[in-house]
Amino acid sequence: MKLKSGDSSNALKNPGRVMREQFGIRTTGEQYVIALAGNPNVGKSTVFNALTGLHQHTGNWPGKTVDNAQGNYSYRNKSFLLVDLPGTYSLLAHSVEEEIARDFICFGQPDAIIVVLDATSLERNLNLALQVMEISSKVIVCVNLIDEARKKKLSINFNELQKELGVPIIPTAARNGEGLQELQSAVYTMAVEQKKTWPKQVPYSEEVERAINALLPKINELDLARVVNPKWLALRLLDSDISFIETISRYAAAQKQTTVALQDQWGELTL
Amino acid sequence: MSKLNPMDPFLKIYLDTESIRLSSGTPLADLVVTDIFAYTEKLAERVVLREDSIQTNWKDKIDKLIISRVFGYPLMLLLLGAVFWLTIAGANVPSEMLANLLFAFQDILTQWFQLIQAPAWLHGVLVLGMYRTLAWVIAVMLPPMAIFFPLFTFLEDLGYLPRVAFNLDNMFKKAKACGKQCLTMCMGFGCNAAGIVSARIIDSPRERLIAILTNNFVPCNGRFPTLIAISSIFVTSAFAFSQSLLAAGMITLLVLLGIAVTFAVSWSLSKTLLKGEPSSMVLELPPYRKPKIGAVFYRSIIDRTIFVLRRAIVVAAPAGALTWILANVYIGDVSVLAYTAGVLDPIAKAIGLDGFILMAFILGLPANEIVVPVLLMCYLATGQLTDFDSLFELKKVLLANGWTWLTAFNTMLFALLHWPCATTLLSMYKETGSKKWTFMGFIIPTAIAFTVCFIIAQVAYFLGLA
Repeated sequence: MKLKSGDSSNALKNPGRVMREQFGIRTTGEQYVIALAGNPNVGKSTVFNALTGLHQHTGNWPGKTVDNAQGNYSYRNKSFLLVDLPGTYSLLAHSVEEEIARDFICFGQPDAIIVVLDATSLERNLNLALQVMEISSKVIVCVNLIDEARKKKLSINFNELQKELGVPIIPTAARNGEGLQELQSAVYTMAVEQKKTWPKQVPYSEEVERAINALLPKINELDLARVVNPKWLALRLLDSDISFIETISRYAAAQKQTTVALQDQWGELTL
Repeated sequence: MSKLNPMDPFLKIYLDTESIRLSSGTPLADLVVTDIFAYTEKLAERVVLREDSIQTNWKDKIDKLIISRVFGYPLMLLLLGAVFWLTIAGANVPSEMLANLLFAFQDILTQWFQLIQAPAWLHGVLVLGMYRTLAWVIAVMLPPMAIFFPLFTFLEDLGYLPRVAFNLDNMFKKAKACGKQCLTMCMGFGCNAAGIVSARIIDSPRERLIAILTNNFVPCNGRFPTLIAISSIFVTSAFAFSQSLLAAGMITLLVLLGIAVTFAVSWSLSKTLLKGEPSSMVLELPPYRKPKIGAVFYRSIIDRTIFVLRRAIVVAAPAGALTWILANVYIGDVSVLAYTAGVLDPIAKAIGLDGFILMAFILGLPANEIVVPVLLMCYLATGQLTDFDSLFELKKVLLANGWTWLTAFNTMLFALLHWPCATTLLSMYKETGSKKWTFMGFIIPTAIAFTVCFIIAQVAYFLGLA
């Protein structure tokens, strides 16, 4: 693989970029990858289309038949690649869709993840947001369909929600274009300016926390902190999710190779 | 696991986790999901203000009751029993009226045949064979279906069925199967073939296969009339009202037994041929909606009742004719029917049935609806009773042919547990695409039906109860 010297510093900082290619994602130069996740039927595609306009093309995931839309948009002279993940209720991977969404969020190393929620049924939707926040801290929660919520006489305290979750909350009504400016701005702040968030974690019951704590030292021995959140891995282990264990083993190996390869190249460049 | 190198550190850690998971009382994976949901509920409660909260509260309270640990199961049983009771109590009178009407017409038909001096065999095949079976199918099946299906569709439209699935999820988990299997079973109450097709909603192939193989243990509409007819006759009580209650109780019990067998078979399959752990599922409980009565009737009568009845008639007509021919073609001085029944008799007796009953079940392979009519044809064509014109005579016919409580009970059990009908087997083949699994779908229920009936019959014989 040939890398331009300008890219290599960036790539070394974030070797996950190379892994994205396994998901059929090819970025051109300085392009930020933004993942779009959400339950089915929350207006995810509306958000996608509203942001990307007509510049979208569809691409297949390797080996999967599920279609995934990818599209570009520019904001403040930066280019963003938006990846529309399949609609899922959770990331516990009991279906092909959930597995794809989970693997991309985990290993695709997106620069930001927009989780689209349905404002009219926040309770059910929040569950996915919390699961994504367990994997990544680069989460923006987009509460869509606020126009419908208004019709149903629901009022949502967004400030309180932002305080509770610890990540940016953007209310939108994508159908009317409401809130899209704010969403783009939030994505910019997170992806380009790398502004930190402090996502709150689900407080698990004592028994689960005890099991997690028993596992964490063993997981830390594997030196995976850059690949995956150790606590999330512990949870998956407790879920006896063998498919995920296989996947992570594969990615960890791939990552090690890339890092070594890049370091070699970096060494040559500095010589 | 084969994809992992045995030296892989991940596999080691995975195996370490195994011991932690096993040492925990409640499954940790379930606990994780429960914790997340509890947290989101609390979060949502804090940030969402509902201005229409009074109405929602009211619906939430009903939901809390329906899916509560304490009241969930009793309510379900009560509702199931009530549906059966309404079906049995309501179907009695119209069934009898229909039977009187149709059998009266049989006499008129006979007169016409005599008028044109038609040969006896033609009258036999067409009137005593075909027409009489058809009359039976319609008189016995139409009224219960016309009551049961609208009630069932009503519950479906109300939004109750997904809540049943929710209640039973725990049990399915224990059987290492998917909670959505319950929805496929609900479809199976209508028609097992439809139930098997609906198993597509289950994502995991392992769990889908389990759902397909066990769907037969919920009695479909074709078998309900058999259960209803026999339990109405043999579960006796001095009072008409309590009689229908008892009969409904009997059918509820049988359905519960079918469900128990479903769990047992699902569990055994998960431990043997289809090893694996159950997957969690997210089931969206739809809001309660007021069903549109017109739509309920249209869908249940046109789409279900007429559809099933048509299928039954299409199969029953030739089967009736065939049975009559078999009963009236003699080899020596024994009819083919009596001869075949005689061959089957030893096996049938061992499981508490008789040769004719077993033969009726075999002839009922194309459609279970015709089992009782064919059985009656057999008895009427060979026994002394040749005249038969009322529904009340059914018991007399059966008793005259040596039926005891054991025969009745085991016939119902056999109807509940035996092999699926041809349409169901065909759906199994289409859905699994495998001859092997289709064969399993045939042999598992068959083996269970024979085993259960055999044990009950032998115990009853041994204790001198029958």
